[in-house]
Amino acid sequence: MLNRRQLLCYLGGATALAATAPLLMAAGSERVIRIAGRRFEWTPSTVEVKAGEAVVLEILVSDVVMGFNLPDLKLRTDLVPGRPARLRLPPQPVGELTFLCDVFCGSGHENMTGVIKVVA
Amino acid sequence: MGNAIDRREFFRLAGLGSVVLVSGCAGMGHGTSQAQQDFYFVQLSDTHWGFSDPAVNPDFAGTLPKAVAAVNSLSVPPDFVMFTGDLTQTTDDPTERRRRLSQFKQIAAGLTVPVVHYMPGEHDAALDRGAAYSEFFGATHYSFDHKGVHFIVLDNVSDPGAAIGDEQLTWLKGDLAKQSPDSRIVVFTHRPLFDLYPRWDWATRDGDKAIALLMPYRNVTVFYGHIHQENHHMTDHIAHHAAHSLMFALPAPGSQPKRTPVAWDASAPYRGLGYRQVRTEQASAGYRVAELPVVKG
Repeated sequence: MLNRRQLLCYLGGATALAATAPLLMAAGSERVIRIAGRRFEWTPSTVEVKAGEAVVLEILVSDVVMGFNLPDLKLRTDLVPGRPARLRLPPQPVGELTFLCDVFCGSGHENMTGVIKVVA
Repeated sequence: MGNAIDRREFFRLAGLGSVVLVSGCAGMGHGTSQAQQDFYFVQLSDTHWGFSDPAVNPDFAGTLPKAVAAVNSLSVPPDFVMFTGDLTQTTDDPTERRRRLSQFKQIAAGLTVPVVHYMPGEHDAALDRGAAYSEFFGATHYSFDHKGVHFIVLDNVSDPGAAIGDEQLTWLKGDLAKQSPDSRIVVFTHRPLFDLYPRWDWATRDGDKAIALLMPYRNVTVFYGHIHQENHHMTDHIAHHAAHSLMFALPAPGSQPKRTPVAWDASAPYRGLGYRQVRTEQASAGYRVAELPVVKG
């Protein structure tokens, strides 16, 4: 779980990395992808990013407390209704990353998954 | 899943057919006292009372009673029965949740085995942090001793974020402190303590902390539910064994994109469902685990 301080620390570290990695863009110009969550779906549930592209996921839930988890990258954040949360997605190789709600939110919780498609 | 043990490998290691000898043998050489007689218990799991999709289980109202009858018909009764969570199917309605828990308790009361232990799954407890569950079944984590084995029930579901939590981990540390390094310890959980398949949320957020606390003890075995299928895994010397469900089976971890229930097969009813016998082997400090079907074929 990342609290605000850890998230800021993480983002700072990622910015430092960006200075040495030519494929990365400056943190301030990274594309922001918005994902809305409500029981029991993500919108969009499929997100496409380019390989090597760092993006920022901005997730906002509208009804109940949830969690956004990218288990392949061991990244997650708690989600409070009405309060957007941001996760920086570092540059990825071509492939697919699963994301899911990891806070049990009701009778359809187990279907609340999505995918980030990383394309060439 | 690098430490996963498939069924065939487990049998090969055990040198047995349909019965599996499991867990470490570091306790060999213990004197067998009166308190350390061999015995067996039954694990029932994931009964999901209230589930009602006939495409997945057309006998959704009859499977649990059949399992109760099957346990009652065992020629030698177990010393106790353990339900490892998801007693009921989740519902957003607190009144309906209590109705399902009450009905489940009534059916489980049909067990003729005098000692029955319970624990919650996330379907029972995650939406109200175990409030309704506790009204019917009491504490969500506890420990008890039986014939030389120390049993620990860990709750990794009442927190909707699938964490055990620092308070319970402190309790676990204190409970374990009363044991010696070679004590025989069995842990019951609902979710796997290790990262079995996080893409399907088959993990416990702080399960690594519980495993770290258990690690100094040489004879620890974990029995859990949640994944609705048999699975065997080692974290160093600690064996983890997942049990079948008594409502619907789930696919093998990662075998398909989504963890949708396995459809009912009319040509093989109740396939993938069942319950488990666990027999202690005091001489080796191991366990014999046998998987039994709901209905004998």
